[in-house]
Amino acid sequence: MFKKFNLQETMSGQNSVKSSVVRGIRTKLVDQFPELGPYVDEILPKKANLIQVKCKDHITLFAIDNEILFFQHFNDPITPTLRLLHQFPNILPHVQVDRGAIKFVLSGANIMCPGLTSPGAKLPEKSLPVDTVVAVMAEGKEHALAIGVLKMSTDEIKTINKGIGVDLIQYLSDPLWKTHLD
Amino acid sequence: MSATTKKTVLYCGVCGMPPEYCEFSAAKKKCQEWLSSKYPEEHERLYGDAAITEKLAQTNLSEDKAAKEAARMEKAMSKEEARMARELEKKMSSRVVIKRVERNKRKCVTSVQGLEIFGVDLKKTAKNFANHFACGGSVSKNPQGQDEIVVQGDFSDEILELILKMHPEVPKDNIEQVEEKKSKKKAPGAVGA
Ligand SMILES: [Zn+2]
Repeated sequence: MFKKFNLQETMSGQNSVKSSVVRGIRTKLVDQFPELGPYVDEILPKKANLIQVKCKDHITLFAIDNEILFFQHFNDPITPTLRLLHQFPNILPHVQVDRGAIKFVLSGANIMCPGLTSPGAKLPEKSLPVDTVVAVMAEGKEHALAIGVLKMSTDEIKTINKGIGVDLIQYLSDPLWKTHLD
Repeated sequence: MSATTKKTVLYCGVCGMPPEYCEFSAAKKKCQEWLSSKYPEEHERLYGDAAITEKLAQTNLSEDKAAKEAARMEKAMSKEEARMARELEKKMSSRVVIKRVERNKRKCVTSVQGLEIFGVDLKKTAKNFANHFACGGSVSKNPQGQDEIVVQGDFSDEILELILKMHPEVPKDNIEQVEEKKSKKKAPGAVGA
C-alpha cells in the first residue's frame, strides 16, 4: 500500500483528534485486534493527544508525539504501523516466512504460500481466517519484517499451497517506514 | 500503570532497519561498520563466528546452491555500490542555480533550482525563505518541468548565504548565481545607467 508514498507531497492537513473520537478508536482497535487489548492503555491512553494526518488517496495517519502509530485507508480498519508492532510485538498474530522469502518481501512482493509453508516458515496452530491482519516474522529474525493481510485462511494456505497467501500492507524500509513527522 | 511492555528496538543508522536485517541492505558493508563502531556487542552477536555457524546450520540450500547464491549477492552488491558511487558523483557535479529574474524595472523574483538533488525539502525551504525575508515564497514547476523555489524579491546573495548556513551538505562550489534580464537591452553600453 505504501510502495509509493511521499508525506510532503500528499499531506493535506493535520489536526488533533477529539478525546471522544480517541475513545471510539480505542474500542475499534480492541475489537479488530483482540491481541492488542492488553496494551491499548499503553499505546493509546484515553487522554492521548492523537494527531490525525490526512493524506492523498484517502490515507490517514495517526500519530502521538510525532510517532506514526496507525494508519487507515478509506474506512478500512485502523491498522498499527510496523514501528508500533516492533514496540509491541504481540499486538498481531504472527506468521513466519522462510529466509529465502525475506529479500522478496523487502522489495515489496506479496508473499506466496510456499514461503509460508516451507521448513523455515511457521503458521500459527490455531487457524486464522481470511482478511486477518498479521505480523510477518522471518526465519532466524527477532523483529517483524512486514505487516500483511491474509488472502486466504491459514488452513487454505497449508492445503492449497499455491498463489498469494499474504498481501503486504507495510514492510521494512518502505516509504511509510522512512516517513518521519516533525 | 502496570509494568511497561514497550520494547525499544535498535535501528541501523545506515539503512534504518533492525540490524539483523542489514544483511539484506544495499549498503551492507556500511551497515556493518556503523554497528561495529556504535554497538560492538550487537555486532558480535550478529556477525561473530557463533552467528555464522548458526546461520550455516539454518540454511537449507545445498552447498553448491549456496555458493551460487553468494556469488549472485556479491554481484548485486557491487552493482549497488557502483550505483551509489554514480549517484554521489552526480550529486557532486550537479549545480544549484540561484537566478535573479526581472519582472519589470523595479520588481524581480529569485528562483532557486536544483536543491532537491541534495536531498533538501523544497517546500520547507521555500517556507523558510519566505519567513526569513518576509516575502512570498513557493515551490513551482519551471517550464522544463523541474521544481524550483521562487521567492518574490531580489535576495540572491542572502539566499546563497542562507543555503550555506542551513544546508552544509550543499558544497559552495556547486552553487551558481545568475541574472536573467527580461528583454535584452537594445544596445548594451550605449546609454549610461
Ligand atoms: Zn543497516
